[in-house]
Amino acid sequence: MDSFTNLLEGFATALTPTHLALAALGVLLGTAIGVLPGIGPAMAVALLLPVTYGLEPTGAFIMFAGIYYGGMFGGSTTSILLNTPGESAAVVAAIDGNPMARKGRGSQALAAAAIGHFVGGVIGTVLLVLLAPTVAEFAVDIGAPDFFAIMVLAFIAVTSVLGASRVRGFASLLIGLTIGLVGLDEMTGQQRLTFGSLHLADGIDVVVVAVALFAVGESLWVAAHLRRKPASAIPVGRAFLGREDFRRSWKPWLRGPVIGFPFGAIPAGGAEIPTFLSYVTEKRLSQHRDEFGKGAIEGVAGPEATASASAAGTLVSMLTLGLPTTAVAAVMLAAFQQYGIQPGPLLFERESALVWGLIASLFIGLCLLLVLNLPLAPVWAKLLRIPRPYLYAGILFFASVGAYAVNADVFDLLVMFVIGVLGFVMRRYGLPVLPAIIGVILGPAAEQQMRRALQLSDGSLTGLVNTPFSLVVYGIVVVLLLWPLIRRLFRKPSPQPERPKVDA
Amino acid sequence: MRIRNWLAVVGALAVVVLVPPLLTSGADTTASLRSLRVLVPNAPGGGYDVTARTAAKAMEDAELIRNTEVFNLPGAGGTVGLGRTVSERGNGKLVMSMGLGVVGSVYTNKAPSSLLDTTPIAKLIEEPDIVVVGEDSPYRTLDELVRAWKADPGAVTVGGGSSPGGPDHLAPMLIAKAVGLDPRAVNYIPFDGGGELLASVLGGKVAFGVSGVGEYRDQIEAGQIRVLAVTSGSRLSGVDAPTLRESGVDVEFNNWRGVVAPPGISDADRARLVDLFTDLHGTPQWREALARNGWTDAFAPGDEFGAFLRAENDRVATVLKDLGLA
Repeated sequence: MDSFTNLLEGFATALTPTHLALAALGVLLGTAIGVLPGIGPAMAVALLLPVTYGLEPTGAFIMFAGIYYGGMFGGSTTSILLNTPGESAAVVAAIDGNPMARKGRGSQALAAAAIGHFVGGVIGTVLLVLLAPTVAEFAVDIGAPDFFAIMVLAFIAVTSVLGASRVRGFASLLIGLTIGLVGLDEMTGQQRLTFGSLHLADGIDVVVVAVALFAVGESLWVAAHLRRKPASAIPVGRAFLGREDFRRSWKPWLRGPVIGFPFGAIPAGGAEIPTFLSYVTEKRLSQHRDEFGKGAIEGVAGPEATASASAAGTLVSMLTLGLPTTAVAAVMLAAFQQYGIQPGPLLFERESALVWGLIASLFIGLCLLLVLNLPLAPVWAKLLRIPRPYLYAGILFFASVGAYAVNADVFDLLVMFVIGVLGFVMRRYGLPVLPAIIGVILGPAAEQQMRRALQLSDGSLTGLVNTPFSLVVYGIVVVLLLWPLIRRLFRKPSPQPERPKVDA
Repeated sequence: MRIRNWLAVVGALAVVVLVPPLLTSGADTTASLRSLRVLVPNAPGGGYDVTARTAAKAMEDAELIRNTEVFNLPGAGGTVGLGRTVSERGNGKLVMSMGLGVVGSVYTNKAPSSLLDTTPIAKLIEEPDIVVVGEDSPYRTLDELVRAWKADPGAVTVGGGSSPGGPDHLAPMLIAKAVGLDPRAVNYIPFDGGGELLASVLGGKVAFGVSGVGEYRDQIEAGQIRVLAVTSGSRLSGVDAPTLRESGVDVEFNNWRGVVAPPGISDADRARLVDLFTDLHGTPQWREALARNGWTDAFAPGDEFGAFLRAENDRVATVLKDLGLA
């Protein structure tokens, strides 16, 4: 087992006191950065680059990897407790994590997220060790048509989160798609819905939209209703996961990486779409479907495991192909080049000690993160004891600092509050918020991939279905669509009354 | 109590308003610059960012300057930062890191301020583009590729790592024009950076790609991609490919990066900034940074850079007008 001996040597590299200290520093920084609004892991690594010139490359990368994984762990903390996702991978964690926190199950949600990250990260990193070259080849073969097919599948999946009223669900989705249209059209350079403002030319970041719709809209809603209801503090329940929680979480923890890892490895994959797909999958498979959106632990465990596994997947294509599939990977790639190291097909041969040291440090970093985050969960959850008026003032403050810190631009604050008011109005008229967020994530990606696929085939529609992978995905889509009909055909009309519809 | 509160407020206001000018007013009289702010018009980790941070660090290490601050103001292909620079009229302690990409963005974003409004300080580095195909591609020479391209421009797709108006978009358009192909017929597919494009070149999704050489050196060495031509005036060391001119296409094209200052700065301020970057160019720290990043030195100070900037602006404008983008 060649990679196994290499990995053991890697552990020897990573377990030296200096490297261990750097890994610890990295995960601490990463967690802090994930919790703080506005600074994502990408910016943190970029800002630290000049500081690390003095370090030898192995140490620097061990620290960067710690920051990357740590950011994933920390990002879900604010998402769950304050409904303000710090980065795009943590958006989905807010959907069920925040309701859990408000029911007094905040520390369970945080623990499910932390263990999910750990499991996802470990499985992802094991896959990185075993499959790196294979996955890299597969990643290169995924093209625009395949991507678009996955997007179609994702859009079909949206229907399960539309909520009780389909009309309202679709209206919300359309709001999201419209927000996603804002910006310069990437293919032709035309301006869309920018109203001549340069600030809108890059579009509106999904994190800003999520924070605005979730946190700002929610705060306004609470403010509007606080006088009618007594302002009780949110209860803080038991500290750790119960047997029932484990029983419900272990499958999602294991399923998440299966979705997250391949997505991380393919170009333009990222973590948003797989976390969403994991959420929908868990909802479909769960026996507690009615709890989704109101605090189902599966809805936290699955997507969080997915997010960490996709981070590991990202490292696959960065290390073996020199292909950055996320912003953090792009910055780390620039960092490699600073040290005169070119990630790519020859990296594993040339810098064997560095690569395996880095991979071993990922395992160590994950253990450190679990040790750091599990005891912290009940401590964080106590944050919610703050009386509601102060808590929501704090949430608004954090949301504003976050939106401002991204570009140091007052315009972003304005955008956030306008969308926040929209979120309030949506709540007032019973429009679910989730489809809008999904629209912002999926819309631009689907459009780009469809147009790219059509351009590659010079306008011929066959360009959308000319790969085996896309055909398989479309097959799944057709089966999903026809499933209710098929089931009715095979099962003769049963005497029992129809089960109550759970996800209309 | 009330009076005391008021006194405290007035006192605090006085401190806020008066102290910063008192602290900084002495700096203007010294001969060389003490502090410099560098605006980066794209996100941390991007090309202009790395250039700015590397230059700032080299300046400080070489003790050319006491204190530099690099800050990012990303947006709209660099034109948000450009707008800020232009509005800082007369500020002699600010420069913006920029490059060819910003020239094109001004047109595609229909930005109100142009680079011609700024004070050119220096061109620092250059990076040529390469024309690449995957190892399984049927094209072995640029000539074969051009023949197929002219026969059916729609089917021979070209990928680049920048959106329309950016360097990787301009290069194939200039090549198309030079071989007698209408730039409008070119089927250009933009990718989010050279990395994402690389996957499509390796997987043979696009017929050929045009991108900066820096990101691809390892793949070239490993034989996974084939370079058909380099766009610079002379051949590159380590890349076994002819220049465009040697292949019979009369185009020379380089992506470049430099620094500009706000408009309306005094001649003394301008001279000081040009001197600062000229000094930087001479330092061993900068030489080392060039080597480490694989950048080609292309230093051109002040007026020389100004003339170059005007020429590039015209060239970009012509191409984008042909395409209906400007």
